[in-house]
Amino acid sequence: GTMANPLRAEVVRLYKTLLYLGREYPKGGDYFRDRLRAAFAKNKSVQDPAQIKEMIARGEYVARELEALYYLRKYRAMKKRYYEE
Amino acid sequence: MSGRVLVGVKRVIDYAVKIRVKPDNTGVVTDGVKHSMNPFCEIAVEEAVKLKEKKLIKEVVAVSCGPQQAQETIRTALAMGADRGIHVEVAGKDYETLGPLQVSKILAALAKKEDAQLIILGKQAIDDDCNQTGQMTAALLDWPQGTFASEVSLEGDKVKVVREIDGGLETIKINTPAVVTADLRLNTPRYATLPNIMKAKKKKIANVKPADLGVDLTSRLEVLRVDEPPQRQAGMKVETVDDLVGKLKETGRI
Repeated sequence: GTMANPLRAEVVRLYKTLLYLGREYPKGGDYFRDRLRAAFAKNKSVQDPAQIKEMIARGEYVARELEALYYLRKYRAMKKRYYEE
Repeated sequence: MSGRVLVGVKRVIDYAVKIRVKPDNTGVVTDGVKHSMNPFCEIAVEEAVKLKEKKLIKEVVAVSCGPQQAQETIRTALAMGADRGIHVEVAGKDYETLGPLQVSKILAALAKKEDAQLIILGKQAIDDDCNQTGQMTAALLDWPQGTFASEVSLEGDKVKVVREIDGGLETIKINTPAVVTADLRLNTPRYATLPNIMKAKKKKIANVKPADLGVDLTSRLEVLRVDEPPQRQAGMKVETVDDLVGKLKETGRI
């Protein structure tokens, strides 16, 4: 059969990162996990390294966006509770 | 100077959880409820780690007082970049009555033992909202304090702290060793990423008992009762200004 794509480890790492981050997703961890699985499954037959790298970059962008979302939610909650006049 | 920073981190009920008072009004429900690091403690950890990344200090030690689960909070601090942790074991009734006075005694003892140059704490915990631990710790150690810090900079053997106060900002310069408490705008805490959580498992967490530090945990406070805040009354609409004035008089408001 074909050799495993050398980028496989990176993809798996990204998946685990997103799965971990998605636990706190506002619409629910399950909702996020289902969509995460679907998104990765949809692209599983892609072989072109350039395309894979681009998708990994997009996934990393999503991870940063999630971190920002969680931070903003927390920051706004703290600001509202402790700093509203 | 040792270049060692002690950061206190508290395990509290997660900020997003809806708090429920226990049916017997002795406290709030904590069993099975999501807990996480106090948001102001996250900011404290971030500040310490940033100082280390700027090579202004050498070591960040994360401290938490509580039962076994306190170690999870220390692990989060380690994942954020703290070098090692100290878990001060406090459980059962002692943990129920653990407050700023006891924690500040513990932190003071640890600061001396670890030869800390700086103690950074969150300004207050979102569960008890005491806003006392930093101040008490400084007093016990006879160290200067920079509380409600929105900016911290090390300048030689002094610390410049910009403080958030009513009506604006106050800038002070204090000698080290010192205690600083973190306010909301001090920094943006980094997320503890999965790879860093894995790496943090290799970092050490020492176990200490309060008795080892010569600290008496006896509380001077007794919680008599815990109640929910009063329910918000439904508003009512009136037709005219006269009606409004009438209603206000009726309810004894004017």
